[in-house]
Amino acid sequence: MPDTAMPILDVKGLKTVFRTRGGEVHAVNSVDFDLRPGELLGVVGESGSGKSVTMMSLLRLLPSPPAEMRDGAVMFDGQDLLKISPEELRKVRGSKIGFIFQDPMTSLNPVYTIGFQLAEPLRAHLGLSKAQARTRSIELLQLVGIPDAERRLKDYPHQFSGGMRQRVMIAIALACDPQVLIADEPTTALDVTIQAQIIELVKELRQKLGMAIIWITHDLGVIAGIADRVMVMYAGQVVEEGPVGEIFRDPQHPYTQALLKTVPAVRGPRAERLQVIEGQPPIMYEAPAACSFRNRCQFAFDRCSQENPTLTGISAPGHRAACFLLDKASTPEPEAVDG
Amino acid sequence: MLTFTFRRLLLAIPTLVLISLIIFLLLDLAPGDPLADQPLSIPPEVRQKMRDALGLDSPAYVRYLLWAKQFFWVEPLVFVDWVAGTSFSEGMQRILSWQFRAPVFDIIIQRLPQTLWVVGLAYVIGVLIALPIGIISAYKQYSWFDQIGTFVSMIGFSVPPFFSGVLMIVFFAIMLPWFPSIYDTTLVVNDFESFGQQIRQMTLPVMVLALQTTAQLSRFMRASMLDNLNHDYVRTARAKGMTEKVVLLVHVLRNSMIPVVTVIALGIPSIFGGAIITEQIFKVNGLGQLLITAIYANDLPMVQTLAFIFAVLIVLCNLIADVLYGLLDPRIRYD
Ligand SMILES: Nc1ncnc2c1ncn2[C@@H]1O[C@H](COP(=O)(O)OP(=O)(O)O)[C@@H](O)[C@H]1O
Ligand code: SF4
Ligand SMILES: [Mg+2]
Repeated sequence: MPDTAMPILDVKGLKTVFRTRGGEVHAVNSVDFDLRPGELLGVVGESGSGKSVTMMSLLRLLPSPPAEMRDGAVMFDGQDLLKISPEELRKVRGSKIGFIFQDPMTSLNPVYTIGFQLAEPLRAHLGLSKAQARTRSIELLQLVGIPDAERRLKDYPHQFSGGMRQRVMIAIALACDPQVLIADEPTTALDVTIQAQIIELVKELRQKLGMAIIWITHDLGVIAGIADRVMVMYAGQVVEEGPVGEIFRDPQHPYTQALLKTVPAVRGPRAERLQVIEGQPPIMYEAPAACSFRNRCQFAFDRCSQENPTLTGISAPGHRAACFLLDKASTPEPEAVDG
Repeated sequence: MLTFTFRRLLLAIPTLVLISLIIFLLLDLAPGDPLADQPLSIPPEVRQKMRDALGLDSPAYVRYLLWAKQFFWVEPLVFVDWVAGTSFSEGMQRILSWQFRAPVFDIIIQRLPQTLWVVGLAYVIGVLIALPIGIISAYKQYSWFDQIGTFVSMIGFSVPPFFSGVLMIVFFAIMLPWFPSIYDTTLVVNDFESFGQQIRQMTLPVMVLALQTTAQLSRFMRASMLDNLNHDYVRTARAKGMTEKVVLLVHVLRNSMIPVVTVIALGIPSIFGGAIITEQIFKVNGLGQLLITAIYANDLPMVQTLAFIFAVLIVLCNLIADVLYGLLDPRIRYD
């Protein structure tokens, strides 16, 4: 994707806080990113790093309370999705931006047929008649590779397997030909062969329909084959972003480096033991005032607990990371940089 | 579904026969003489003749079988005759009430309308009020509406009808003489004025009973809605761009109604139980009051028959609840 293309989605300074009994939880802390037309952006990070909350914040899908959108702008189609009225927002949801969720077992309404649930956005957004919606539903099910589409319209979600249900979810998300598709760990709940089939399907649909995709996963291995660009999240912040090749070849942030070591090598010697990162992502009871990764970082030094690093550009275009090691002047021991 | 219903109906028969036997044996064990309230001046030999006429001295199993034959065979025939104008039941002995000296079912048929009007209407009103309250309370959780709902339900839960009933009489019949405190069963509704009178005399008992139903059901509806509002499919519906109205009244409501409908069906028999007390307070001479007076008068055939009818109602409502569950939830397949 040429860097010059206008972003289709431009997120600036997004902040989302949960007000809980134990105090505020700062789940998303000043997240900036953009998405260009037709691009596939991979979003990675351990479970709990704020990927889902970030994406749901874009469409204000989090129930409030407890969620509260503190700050930021989400520019899409010339309007700020955080500012527009609920009616205008509804015209974007499911029509211009489609959403697929993690668990296909629970994401469909168990008491309505697939046909009904597919027809809903078609009728609401495109104003199709019942018969038109039906025809289009059959097309959509065929598009996502569900055999015997016409007959299956009147089946209920429990009559489909996990993989088939996720295909139905994809069909619903694509029903109105969206410009952006957000897939939140769409294959995490599925077993490996089904996972591969769904990834293949999305690749294929992307070529056919040309929408931009945000693909969330905690598994860098999934991203390698499909993403154009990768964004790494930790504790509700973007800690590194860049073209997929750059991220895999030359990761800058210690967290990205550690994540990469947890990915089974596809090429090269398989004997190498997989590593895990010790510890867990923190629950952010305060807005970050220092590097959130410092307790788990083997390179941490004084400055890391005094300031919060911001995303800084490095030599390769579009590649940025938030780590003081990149700021050569402040780094105490030169050998740490090689690590 | 049809075969399931049919199978369950067949299974209900032995259950009900067993229940009728247990009711009979329990009543048989209870002390009391149905002739106790006859004048003491009746000579012993006449008294004995009366006992013989009532079959009081025959063995328990004979009396049970007689009752069973009358209940399961004679009374249905009487019903058929009444509907079709035939005369199958001619000359057959029906279940007779000892205190009224008249067929038990004739008296039940007389009393049924009062109970249905007061108790049945109260239940319908209670349900119709409870459902929207539950829905709104859940959607606006912790709002002032929800808080008031919680408070009123707490009162409805904790204050028994024999207290709220008396309270209502004190406030709305005595202090403010808006409604009569005693239900006039002889009232014939034939014009606008008597209709208004009927409405007025039904108001207090219906309110007392409806408050109870509303309190329990609205909480249950609220809990069920809240439970479903947290489900992933709700988020999917919103992500599809559905309006809040559709999310709530199409997606969440249908799922939330599944347990609520069963509770409504299962609550029908218990409301008849509650009516026993409320009917006493407001002097509504319905089935509840009939049962109480029959117990006082040792009118065993009447008590036996009424208790058994309640049992049939419970079994039937259980069956209805199961069938409704299957109809509302496509994941349930009985066959
Ligand atoms: N409903 C909630 N209430 C309070 N905190 C929440 C809630 N949902 C998410 N969070 C917080 O937000 C953080 C990020 O969650 P999430 O975005 O779901 O992570 P991810 O999708 O990356 O696994 C969690 O660690 C948790 O602390
Ligand atoms: S800023 Fe410091 S603690 Fe944070 S990742 Fe870089 S070196 Fe580690
Ligand atoms: Mg997630």
